[in-house]
Amino acid sequence: MSSPAVEVVDLVKRYGRLTAVDGLSLTAESGAVTAILGPNGAGKTTTIEICEGFRRADGGTVRVLGLPPSRRELRARVGIMPQSGGVPPAMRCGEWLRLVARFHAHPLDPDALLDRLGLADQARTPYRRLSGGQQQRLSLAAALIGRPELVFLDEPTAGMDPQARRSCWDLIGELRAAGVSVVLTTHFMDEAEKLADHVVIIDRGRVVAEGTPAELTGAERQLRFRARPGLNLDELLKALPAGSAAKESPAGHYIIEGEVGPELLATVTAWCAAEGVTAEALSIERRTLEDVFLELTGRELR
Amino acid sequence: MTTLDLTPAPGAAPLPRMVLAQAGAEMRGMLRNGEQLLLTMIIPVLVLVGFSLAPLLEVPGERIAYVTPGVLALAIMSTAFTGQAIATGFERRYGVLKRLGATPLSRTGLMLGKTLAIAGVEIVQVVLIVAVALGLGWRPELSHGPVGPVLFVVAGTAAFSGLGLLMAGTLRAEATLAAANLVYLVLLGLGGVVFPVDLFPAAMQGVVELLPITALADGLRVLLTGGSPFPYQELLILCGWAVAGLVLAALTFRWE
Repeated sequence: MSSPAVEVVDLVKRYGRLTAVDGLSLTAESGAVTAILGPNGAGKTTTIEICEGFRRADGGTVRVLGLPPSRRELRARVGIMPQSGGVPPAMRCGEWLRLVARFHAHPLDPDALLDRLGLADQARTPYRRLSGGQQQRLSLAAALIGRPELVFLDEPTAGMDPQARRSCWDLIGELRAAGVSVVLTTHFMDEAEKLADHVVIIDRGRVVAEGTPAELTGAERQLRFRARPGLNLDELLKALPAGSAAKESPAGHYIIEGEVGPELLATVTAWCAAEGVTAEALSIERRTLEDVFLELTGRELR
Repeated sequence: MTTLDLTPAPGAAPLPRMVLAQAGAEMRGMLRNGEQLLLTMIIPVLVLVGFSLAPLLEVPGERIAYVTPGVLALAIMSTAFTGQAIATGFERRYGVLKRLGATPLSRTGLMLGKTLAIAGVEIVQVVLIVAVALGLGWRPELSHGPVGPVLFVVAGTAAFSGLGLLMAGTLRAEATLAAANLVYLVLLGLGGVVFPVDLFPAAMQGVVELLPITALADGLRVLLTGGSPFPYQELLILCGWAVAGLVLAALTFRWE
């Protein structure tokens, strides 16, 4: 097995009295897509910016392609897409990409990359006149132009329309197929679920869970339905096989976990009939990454 | 759909190619920006034409011979100080410096690119101003050859760049914008560009003569009007500002 693309051990970063990253450890394998998930302020961007060499750690060790992040030789080997900005507002889209291409020994063809990202018609448009999603795509293009071994993408699809998101996902898939290591942060659970080989969920500067999307969501299935809020689930639980769980979350949305099969389904519908309740949108599903995420990081707004 | 060969093939380009690319981008940016053109080209040419044609003030000798070196000094200041401070301040604010820091272009490469771009714009300015001045009847008299004026332009550029970068690297972008424009205006009035320094009260003259704009304008004036001796004192003042400004800027510059 090749050495990891990124290795973070016991990372600590403080801003004054605030500890943004608090003993965080994670490993991004070479050639894989690693997604870092977390609520706002969890420390995602701080962690990624330390890996990019923009910020200094207050504690712990970080190795990027086996080197300390401040090493200059990494600049050519690592592509970065910051969360926003970084382009002079008056500079034209194509001009910026050609400039960054000139810094690299074997760059991609800027026009082909613009075309691929749907920006061919914007090549002569100044950066400030691009839409948010177009700016994001240009920023992604600049991260890839130098044919890096590793890319850091900080919320790559924020502000993109659904078509652009799909095309960005395809491109990330192609990067992975070409052997490029990808580390991305995201708020979109479907993005992490679809793209990532490895998901790291962080909260309050620490890792709270990690694994493949399948490991995190578990093999267990759930029965979900909607009905009027406030049903008394105690009676239902008595009728269900031992080891089952039932909860209402949020109000009016019921989730039954356990051995989800024909028997459980019959028990639940029989109980609904007895209660005089019509179960709506009844479905059997796997837990989603979003369920796991909200369970781990809570539902309250930050 | 275009297929791209995304297989990793990392590597930095040779430094000269990076520096030239950055210089080209910076120069296009400066020549395309309307406010920058106003400061670097339009105002100097207006000052040159206005003050050499209109008998607005009493100057020693021929008016065009007096005004042209002052306007050249003004042009150097507008590019190396005002333009550079504003552009760099906003690059810092928009995260451009930070983003460039994540490319193979080193900080040295970035600074070389900026310097080259400034030299390029200055060449355009000098050609333009000299052409207009010659058209207005200017007949320069080089007392110490062409090396003297070039030396002054280089020293003046270094002095103004240091001050511009010092400002851009420490103040907020908006504060830099305001301050850089204010300094431009004040030095245009005070620094011997068109108003002879000996019009000011004696107490002020001593201070004004130490300003980089005054040293540059007076030095060029001596060298372009056949004056002598060589203005060593002015050159020394410029070098002093250059060293102080560049060292302070290097020590205090914040990249983001």
